[in-house]
Amino acid sequence: MSDHLLSTRGFTRDRAVTLLDVAEDMADTQRRQVKKLPTLRGTTIVNLFFEDSTRTRISFEAAAQRLSADVITFSAKGSSVSKGESLQDTAQTLQAMGADGIVIRHPSSGAAHTLATSGWTRAGVVNAGDGTHEHPTQALLDAFTIRKRRHGDDSRGRDLAGLRVVIVGDILHSRVARSNIWLLTALGASVHLVAPPTLLPTHTEGWPVTTGIDLDAAIDDGPDAVMMLRVQRERMTEAFFPTAKEYASLYGLSVARADRLPGSSLVMHPGPMNRGLEIAGAVADSPRSTVLEQVQNGIGVRMAVLYDVMTGERAA
Amino acid sequence: MSTVITGAQLADGTRSDVRIDGGVITEIGSLPAAAGERTVDADGLLLLPGFVDLHTHLRQPGGEGAETVLTGSRAAAAGGYTTIHAMPNTTPVADTPGVVEQVAALGEEAGYVDVRPIGAVSKGRKGEELAELVAMARSRARVRLFSDDGSCVADPLLMRRALEYARIVDGVVAQHAEEPRLTAGAQLHDGAVAADLGLKGWPAVAEEAIIARDALLAESTDSRLHVCHVSTAGSVEVLRWAKRRGIRITAEVTPHHLWLTDESARDYDARFKVNPPLRTGEDVEALRAALADGTIDAVATDHAPHPAEAKRSEWSAAAMGMVGLETAVLVVQAAVVETGLLGWPEVERAMSRRPAEIAGLADAARPIAVGRPADLVLLDPSARRRLSVDDLAGKSTNSPYLGQDLPGRVVATFFRGAATVLDGRVRDQAEVAAW
Repeated sequence: MSDHLLSTRGFTRDRAVTLLDVAEDMADTQRRQVKKLPTLRGTTIVNLFFEDSTRTRISFEAAAQRLSADVITFSAKGSSVSKGESLQDTAQTLQAMGADGIVIRHPSSGAAHTLATSGWTRAGVVNAGDGTHEHPTQALLDAFTIRKRRHGDDSRGRDLAGLRVVIVGDILHSRVARSNIWLLTALGASVHLVAPPTLLPTHTEGWPVTTGIDLDAAIDDGPDAVMMLRVQRERMTEAFFPTAKEYASLYGLSVARADRLPGSSLVMHPGPMNRGLEIAGAVADSPRSTVLEQVQNGIGVRMAVLYDVMTGERAA
Repeated sequence: MSTVITGAQLADGTRSDVRIDGGVITEIGSLPAAAGERTVDADGLLLLPGFVDLHTHLRQPGGEGAETVLTGSRAAAAGGYTTIHAMPNTTPVADTPGVVEQVAALGEEAGYVDVRPIGAVSKGRKGEELAELVAMARSRARVRLFSDDGSCVADPLLMRRALEYARIVDGVVAQHAEEPRLTAGAQLHDGAVAADLGLKGWPAVAEEAIIARDALLAESTDSRLHVCHVSTAGSVEVLRWAKRRGIRITAEVTPHHLWLTDESARDYDARFKVNPPLRTGEDVEALRAALADGTIDAVATDHAPHPAEAKRSEWSAAAMGMVGLETAVLVVQAAVVETGLLGWPEVERAMSRRPAEIAGLADAARPIAVGRPADLVLLDPSARRRLSVDDLAGKSTNSPYLGQDLPGRVVATFFRGAATVLDGRVRDQAEVAAW
């Protein structure tokens, strides 16, 4: 158990496996007719969203509700925050209102870390995506999904040793990629990053990964999973790549490329997808695609994370 | 009344008494105290010429919540400074004789240090039209340094014109070397830490490319160029090349770039957010070596006070900059003296003589000798303490060194013969005036 979930950097194999196993238990309860557990009754969890993300917000809301927590959602966009109220004032207000846990989504890298370490609040903090830093629950649900596809009902206690995962696309701006790099490698998988040189950080030598610029070569290596990242169309105006067409031809997962993958290889995408840009619609809808399972698994994983953080120990 | 500083060690290691009277050094040697004379016991202490800072942000006019000329002057005195150069990024910008004269007058009134305003290169620091460099130079503020600091003079044509035009008054353009197109939105050195933290990178090349360009512009116009806060190993190489070529280029480095690295940002503690950003250990090593061999001429603080709320936020919303006047010589001692790279004569060169020469201050550039103005600092290199807010004397406390152990202590500072600091304490304005 832990006090906050800010990052997957520093995760041990055992911590990751334990958390995924709790998520298995939580997922099991979601197959029952009555999905609600009494675990967090009487606690208040605030979803503090400084950035729009309907999917992640709904997933966290469902997870908290199914653990019987009281849930308050605070969409800071368009509220007093956009009129200059600081993160500090918002956090202190939520503390005064009795928040036990805060799920924060913020456009600035490190905002969750700052919130958790500032002393502005005693609430447990879950990072639901901070800028271009991390999105740890997304990585956990990705790992959960890979493990589930590989091992089915026999998943508990297992890691991802020996599996090879390729992450493709805008690594530079991707919090999903960063969290997956640390988590998947902690679980024993090897990670290969593929991106145009403009969308890779200049310095990745500190990362436990290999990198490349050739998607076809990575496909022909027969990876166990290919994770496609969403590409923001505005990157074109910043000269990261010239046109959507050229990006799709070089780094899109087309049907032809997907057909060259081994039959057991998974295709993953954190959503929302740009069909026809980074992933062909037919590939996204194909049996090897885990896109909807990732969404579904997100609820059990977030229940596990909330349980872990809300019952963790914090300095008073 | 005269003062005798007894038993002081000078930078060259000799031990001497020094008499000051009427604001100048009048005698050096073995000097029994005369009747009624003040004595300052300097046994075991080091006496150096007062430090000269080429790069101070005093925030006045316009930013008085963070610092004023008076509070910044006190911080300077606490750090052993007797001359500081006030950057023009105030509100209004110091781009006219009126503003620079106001800042200089506030400095005189404060009475702790010689406050020398730096004039903006361009009107409003917008990088579009030249400011009235000559009018500022010929004003009562006698401006010799010009800078758009905080902003780079990025337009090569404007930079060329500024270099040429400043020659009328034997002025120097002090460039904040940062190619703006390569650093839009940049948050931290473009390296492994920025990659981990998901912070937009500030690439070394954005500094190095401007220094190289400006060195060539200075050469082709036979003008003088000064480079502010050099922060990368590559910049050191460019400077070395330019100096070898005979280009009239000088450079400064901040204490924090000699001591801290981007690893300090791991916890998103915004006290470590500064522009140019903290770099890598290899950069720190190269900067230290460059200061030792003279490739980098001077240590300059880039003292940048900010109110607490400007730093108490998520990293990307936090202001850039750190206070540094009070701690500069302590950090220099830790970074380059105790590591064996510089002796005290070289510290004197880097913190007093060379910055004074760059700024055209002949008196302040002189070594300790009879007839020199009594701008002096008395240091205790054997002291060591954990830095706390009580050790800061300015209005803001955004120091990255709070809680760190630092060597050395400024025991006394003399400005025009009067003690501005005595027994490690900044004295009140009235006490200074009555000395």
